[in-house]
Amino acid sequence: MTEPSNLSTYVLRLADDAMVLGQRISEWTSNSPNLEEDIANSNVALDYLGRARMLYAYAATMLNTTEDELAFMRDARQYTNLLMHELPKGDYAFSTVRQFFIDSFDVLYFEQLVNSSDAQLAAIAAKTLKECRYHVRRSRDLMVRLGDGTEESHTRMQTALNELWGYRHELFMDDELETELQQQGIAITRTDLQQAWDAAINDCLAEATLSIPETDWTVTGGRAGVHSEHLGHMLDDMQCLHRSYPGVTW
Amino acid sequence: MSDLAPELDNFQQKIDDEQRIEPKDWMPEKYRLNLIRQMSQHAHSEVIGMQPEGNWISSAPSLYRKIVLLSKVQDEAGHGLYLYSATETLGISRAEMNSRLQSGESKYASIFNYPSLTWADVGAIGWLVDGAAIVNQVSLQRTSYGPYARAMIRICKEESFHQRQGYDIMVKLAEGSKEQREMAQDAINRWWWPSLMMFGPHDSDSVNSQQSMKWKIKRQSNDDLRQKFVDQTVQQTEILKLELPDPDLKWNEERQHYDFGEIDWDEFYQVIKGNGHCNRDRIKHHVSAHEEGAWVRDAMTAYAEKKAQRKEVA
Ligand SMILES: [Fe+2]
Ligand SMILES: [Fe+2]
Ligand SMILES: [Fe+2]
Repeated sequence: MTEPSNLSTYVLRLADDAMVLGQRISEWTSNSPNLEEDIANSNVALDYLGRARMLYAYAATMLNTTEDELAFMRDARQYTNLLMHELPKGDYAFSTVRQFFIDSFDVLYFEQLVNSSDAQLAAIAAKTLKECRYHVRRSRDLMVRLGDGTEESHTRMQTALNELWGYRHELFMDDELETELQQQGIAITRTDLQQAWDAAINDCLAEATLSIPETDWTVTGGRAGVHSEHLGHMLDDMQCLHRSYPGVTW
Repeated sequence: MSDLAPELDNFQQKIDDEQRIEPKDWMPEKYRLNLIRQMSQHAHSEVIGMQPEGNWISSAPSLYRKIVLLSKVQDEAGHGLYLYSATETLGISRAEMNSRLQSGESKYASIFNYPSLTWADVGAIGWLVDGAAIVNQVSLQRTSYGPYARAMIRICKEESFHQRQGYDIMVKLAEGSKEQREMAQDAINRWWWPSLMMFGPHDSDSVNSQQSMKWKIKRQSNDDLRQKFVDQTVQQTEILKLELPDPDLKWNEERQHYDFGEIDWDEFYQVIKGNGHCNRDRIKHHVSAHEEGAWVRDAMTAYAEKKAQRKEVA
C-alpha cells in the first residue's frame, strides 16, 4: 500500500460511512415488516454498498490496493465512519429515524460535493445524489406515517429519536484534514449544512407529531477510529470468511 | 352436477384450445383450489428461499459477491410479491396465505429445510436450486391460468441471472485453491439430490398430477422436467471438473438422455414431515419478522385511515 494522502483518507471516510450503513440496512433483508418494505430496504442497502464500492475502488487506485482489501482487511480501529452509521439496526423506528437523519444530511452534502474540484469525487457524488433524493423521500414519508400512526408507533419513534439525537453532532464536524481539502475545493464544509439540516428535521418532526428531544448529548470519535462496541462485532461477521482464505479470489 | 356440464365443457374446451383462464372467467372450484395450493406454495417458496442465502449476505467474501447476492435475494422477495398478488385474484388474501404458511397448513419447497453451511452453498443453491426451479417455471409460462402464466414470464427473466450468478460462484471456487474446490464439491454433494427431489414424486406416485395436466396447470410431468434438468446439469458439472454424487449417472445412447440413480424418497418424505434441519427455524424466522413488524403495519394502516378522515373533514 502507498502512503495515504489527505484525499485518499477523505475518500476512505466516505466509503466507510457507506459500507457500514449498507451492511446494517442489509440486515433487514428477509426481516422487514412486509415484502414491500423488505424490497425497499434491500434497494437502499444496494445503493449504499454500490457507493461504498465506488469509493473504495477510487481510494484503492490512490493507495495501490484493492476495494476488498480496504473493506475486509482493516480492523475496527482503522474504520473511520461516523458513529451513527454503525449502530445496530434496532427496531424499525430506530432504523427509520437514523435513515432520515442521514438521508437529510446526505442530500445537502452531495448537492455540494457534485461541485468538488476532484472530478472523480464529483462524478460519484452526482450518482449518489440521485439515490439520496429518492431515499429521503421514502424515509421522510416513513417518519410521518410511523410518528403519526398508532400510540405504540409514536412512542417507539420518539424513543428512537431520543436515542439517536446525540450522534448527529458528528455529522457537522470539520477536522483539520477536511478543512484543508475544503480550501482546495475538494471537500465540503460540514458546519455550513447544519442550519438547513435542522430546518428539514424540524419540519418533518412537526408533521410526524414528534418532538425535539429535551436533553442533548454528544458522542463523537468515528473519524479517529474510536467506535461503539458494536462495530467490531459487525466487522467480525463481515470479514471472517474473506480473512479465513487469504489470497484467493471469489 | 348436470347443470354445470355446459360450463365445464366450455372451460375444458378453452383449455384444450390453449386459451388462458382469467380471474373473472368461470372455473371449477377444484381448479381454483388446486391453483391456490400450487401458487401460494410457490410464493411461500420464494419467500422462505430468501433465508438460506440471506444467511450469507452479511459475510459474503467480497463486495461484489455481497451486492450480487443481495440483489438476488431481493428479486426473490419480488417474486413472492408477484405470486401472492396473482394468487389473490383467486379470492384469497395475502394475510390468509401468510397464516396458512405459518401454521404449516400450506407448504413451501422442502429443499429450503436444508441448511446453507458454507459460501459454496450460495453457489450451489443459485446453480442447482434456481436451475431446477427455472426448468419448472419455464414450463409454467404456458400454464392455463393467465395471472400465473404472466407472473412466470416475468420471473423467468430474473431467474436466469440467479442461475448464472450461482454457477459463476462455482466456477470461481472450482478454479480456486484446494480448499475452495473441496468446498464446492461438498456443496454439490449435499444439494444435488435435494435438487432432483424439487420436481416432486415420480409421475406414477404423484397425487395431483393427472388432473393438473388435464387442466394444464402443469404442462410437463415431474419426471420429464427432472430429466431435462439432469441432462443440462451434467455438462455444466463437467466444465467445473467436479462430480455429481451419483455412481449410476451415465449417458444412455438409446434414450438420448442421462440415466441416473434412484432418489432416496424416504429422505424426501422425512424432510417434508418435519425432519429437516431447518423446518422449525424457517418458520420461526418468518413468524418473528412478521410479529416484530406488526406495529409497523398497524401504524401504516392507522395513518392511512387518519389521513382519509382528515380529507373527509376538510
Ligand atoms: Fe426461486
Ligand atoms: Fe424466484
Ligand atoms: Fe431465483
